[in-house]
Amino acid sequence: MKEINDFEVAVIGAGHAGCEAALACARLGLKTIVFTVSVDAIAFMPCNPHIGGSSKGHLVREVDALGGEMGKCIDKTFIQSKMLNSSKGPAVHSLRAQADKAEYSSLMRQTLEAQENLSIKQAEVTEIFIEDGKARGVKIYSGLVYITKCVLICTGVYLKARCLCGEAIKNTGPNGLQSANHLSDSLKKTGIELIRFKTGTPARIAGETIDFSKMEPQYGDETIVPFSFSTDMESVKRDQLPCYLTYTNSTTHDIIRANLDRSPMYTGVIEGTGPRYCPSIEDKVVKFSDKERHQVFLEPQGLKTTEWYVDGMSSSMPEDVQIDMYRSVPGLENATIVRNAYAIEYDCIQGKLLKPTLEFKAISGLFSAGQFNGSSGYEEAAAQGIIAGINAAMYILNKEPITVDRSEGYIGVLIDDLVTKDCFEPYRMMTSRAEYRLLLRQDNADIRLMEKGYKAGLVSQDKIDALRNKVKMINSEIERLGKIKVGASEKISNILLELGSTPLTTGLSLEELIRRPELSYEAVGVLDPDRPFIPEDIAEQINIEIKYKGYIERERRQVEGFKKMEGKRLPKDIDYQQISGIRIEARQKLNDFKPESIGQASRIQGVSPADISVLLVYLESRRHHE
Amino acid sequence: MDPSPALLICNMKNTDTIAAIASGLTSSGIGIVRISGPDALEKISGIFKSSKGKNIDLCSCESHTVHYGYIYDSDTAIDEVLVSVFKAPKSYTSEDTVEINCHGGPFILNRVLKTVIDTGIRTADPGEFTKRAFLNGRIDLSEAQAVMDLISSKNEYARRNALGNIRGTLKNIILDIRNRLIHESAFIESAIDDPEHYSLEGYSESLDVILTDIQAEIEKLVKSFEAGKLLSEGINCCIIGRPNVGKSSVFNALSGDEKAIVTDLPGTTRDFLDTCINYEGITLNFIDTAGIHDTSDKIELIGIDRAKELVQKSDIIIAVFDISEELSEEDHRILSLCEGRNSLIVLNKSDLKHKLDAESFKDHEIIQTSVKTGEGIDEILKHISDRFIRGNISFNDEVFITNARQKELLKDALDSVRQVRKTIADGMSEDFYTSDLMEAYHKLGEIIGEEAADDLVEVIFRDFCMGK
Repeated sequence: MKEINDFEVAVIGAGHAGCEAALACARLGLKTIVFTVSVDAIAFMPCNPHIGGSSKGHLVREVDALGGEMGKCIDKTFIQSKMLNSSKGPAVHSLRAQADKAEYSSLMRQTLEAQENLSIKQAEVTEIFIEDGKARGVKIYSGLVYITKCVLICTGVYLKARCLCGEAIKNTGPNGLQSANHLSDSLKKTGIELIRFKTGTPARIAGETIDFSKMEPQYGDETIVPFSFSTDMESVKRDQLPCYLTYTNSTTHDIIRANLDRSPMYTGVIEGTGPRYCPSIEDKVVKFSDKERHQVFLEPQGLKTTEWYVDGMSSSMPEDVQIDMYRSVPGLENATIVRNAYAIEYDCIQGKLLKPTLEFKAISGLFSAGQFNGSSGYEEAAAQGIIAGINAAMYILNKEPITVDRSEGYIGVLIDDLVTKDCFEPYRMMTSRAEYRLLLRQDNADIRLMEKGYKAGLVSQDKIDALRNKVKMINSEIERLGKIKVGASEKISNILLELGSTPLTTGLSLEELIRRPELSYEAVGVLDPDRPFIPEDIAEQINIEIKYKGYIERERRQVEGFKKMEGKRLPKDIDYQQISGIRIEARQKLNDFKPESIGQASRIQGVSPADISVLLVYLESRRHHE
Repeated sequence: MDPSPALLICNMKNTDTIAAIASGLTSSGIGIVRISGPDALEKISGIFKSSKGKNIDLCSCESHTVHYGYIYDSDTAIDEVLVSVFKAPKSYTSEDTVEINCHGGPFILNRVLKTVIDTGIRTADPGEFTKRAFLNGRIDLSEAQAVMDLISSKNEYARRNALGNIRGTLKNIILDIRNRLIHESAFIESAIDDPEHYSLEGYSESLDVILTDIQAEIEKLVKSFEAGKLLSEGINCCIIGRPNVGKSSVFNALSGDEKAIVTDLPGTTRDFLDTCINYEGITLNFIDTAGIHDTSDKIELIGIDRAKELVQKSDIIIAVFDISEELSEEDHRILSLCEGRNSLIVLNKSDLKHKLDAESFKDHEIIQTSVKTGEGIDEILKHISDRFIRGNISFNDEVFITNARQKELLKDALDSVRQVRKTIADGMSEDFYTSDLMEAYHKLGEIIGEEAADDLVEVIFRDFCMGK
């Protein structure tokens, strides 16, 4: 069979993970080919039409800081943007933008097409070649063989995909796209264990059949903050479309209950495990039976279509039930379904097969990212995509891999959870999963991660210089504010009263004044005649660092302890079965996961503090031996 | 959120300072409290003073030296001690180590340990000194496996013990508090995750109400420690009286053969003596104090102050009066010390002519004793144990927190709950509440031996309907 030797990297799949991975590799100078079952489905958004949201918005900003594309792409193609949780603390502010789906997909495709070193190929990959524990290339359905140095699996939900809508079951990927039916067997042959997950999507409804007057409009923000740190503030000013809010009612719930016996979820037809965080409407009705109504959020799919996405009502009910169900919702009485809701099942892996670099533990040069790793969501996929892409490149270039730990980014939390924990459902990012969330803010993703992007080679010298300058300015300005003392004079007191604050009894520094809830860096400007020019984004950092200093410092101390444990590396060749002080259950878990460090070992479920204690002693005794 | 318990344990090496009673809690002449870690010398210097009340800086002392002085809890001397200094790496653990040789018996030992802990040193885990000794290369390699077995068995023991010690009622109370804490955290997190679905408007006020209740419940548990301690550590019975009423002879009579255990260091003046005896399965700690009377003698005054402090900390006061003399002004002062406290009046020297008017004690339980004839001595023991068993000494129904570790965990949980309330009062936004709510949740979990890795996410999904 003909062998093609033009490429160093093969990326299987051109979804949100595959695009970031392929772009990263190509941008780092490697000849890259990305395979997709349909070139028309590059960066396709088969489910919700938005990017970002609580904690997911953080991920997008982190991908951007590392040199990724998602943030730039959505900044150019959003049709509504909103900073969620803006009334709450800075740690949980999170951007969400409604995308024009077609525009997003098209722009990402153009970006890939324009990228040097990157080729796009429409083909189903049927086999991955592994030789001596190393990935060597792929074979496509036509029989062509591509010999590469690295292979990245970004197959999303396409492996042996099966869509279910009541009794109607089709072996296709989302939206009727061709599924990939051969690669699973090839993976199994190489010893990779596959599991089956399930997810679902609601119907799309024709806009002209919706009575929006019966719903509450939900508008975007007046001042729009872009996702990307390199997007110009002016460029994001544009007209926005509203979303609409409505609710299910007892009629909806009665219809669902009366037809539960026809839902594949309840008849046992669905084998995969579904995510609890996006339950189908039938799950919600069954599980939260005391709730009188559930929220339904209508989101536009784009400017050049009238299709609307019905957030909150994903379902695998038969389509005749779906029609009754949707039509029972106020505003949807005459709704016409353009695309029906369905559940989808697919093959994926447990993340524990992977290292934090997203390379397979057992196969060098084989990386994977996205839903194939057991996650869900476009943002989670992109986040893994860029890390897998960077590390595939580092592997070929023989450089140190780049990883993000739990104290550095949501990307770190995401990947650590995936590779360390048993995963029984598609994994979704949440702010509650991050231990150090006051440090991992969306506003400082550049400060946290841009150096890593620079080290990898995806962030330009200009950008890193600007960032370093920014950090310097923040630190020196905070230091300066700490040194400027304000006395308890009558003049000062009057100014403070005017600012809605209380007079001083003793002298305070400007830093201490800024800490008062009613004051800010901007507000105390009147007391600070020698203030240098400080751009808005830097002032924001100064405010946060000063106002939340106590909380931030507490988290930084916790991070120190965390880092220490991450630094205690566990040699690969430990046979945990031989360490008799560890409980049997924990020995098996440790052998199963082969953790990289004591820190990671301590996060494995079923490994107790006592086991870790013993492990520390064991490590030390080994060190004595050596 | 905070690091997992596992992380805290891992962190122990060379990072923090630990202390424990190294000699066991049995009655013995001398007990040892051992402190090991980087802060050992500095922290103990802060509570160790010479007999003249001057601070002794252990950091500047030579290694392997012994120092005489007193352990102070703020301004109060607790015990007269010998302190040994072992500087790293020449110590059992290879870390800076201090050993406090104090007087034996649970009361004093626990009191000294508590004072040490109050400086910010943490209590050692089972086997931790040995483990540090190993990790620091002090113990031979051949002992490695033994150490690992020790740690795992001791941890297992501690875990079983933690569960076994906890009665159903206490466990249920803690589980209930934990459930409420995590439910509130899950609600906040759900609202952060899905702000257009769950609103936090007005929530902080209702959370504060919930936390007020929780705070009161934990405070009650902390208090129950004092009661539970009686069970595990014995009843502290403080004998007071003016000089020459026969306190010491009553003390000796009560301690019976045990009194030989209570030894004084030769050549030093002690302000009090203690002994513990086992009476029908209950431990009674008797403490003989200096006679309380008017004096201008400085040293005596210190002793008297200390006696008064011991009174405050005792579970029951045994006030001794001389039945052969009329009630003096000093006796009245003694009597006033008993007001509002568990007390027992002992009218000693009953073999002599009675001059004292028993009417003065009409609201008190009275026992007449004679050390000469032995009258009344057993009656005192029986009286105290009866009171205890009959429950006249206030016990918190059925809930007992019996070990100091559990109490520390409760106090930590209490601090976290208070911190959330402070955060609310400071007007911080709701996302700042969860880390302390979860901290309280984890501390309470440690008491009942429950691990809680991903509980929060579980509860979010269980209690709140999320998603698209």
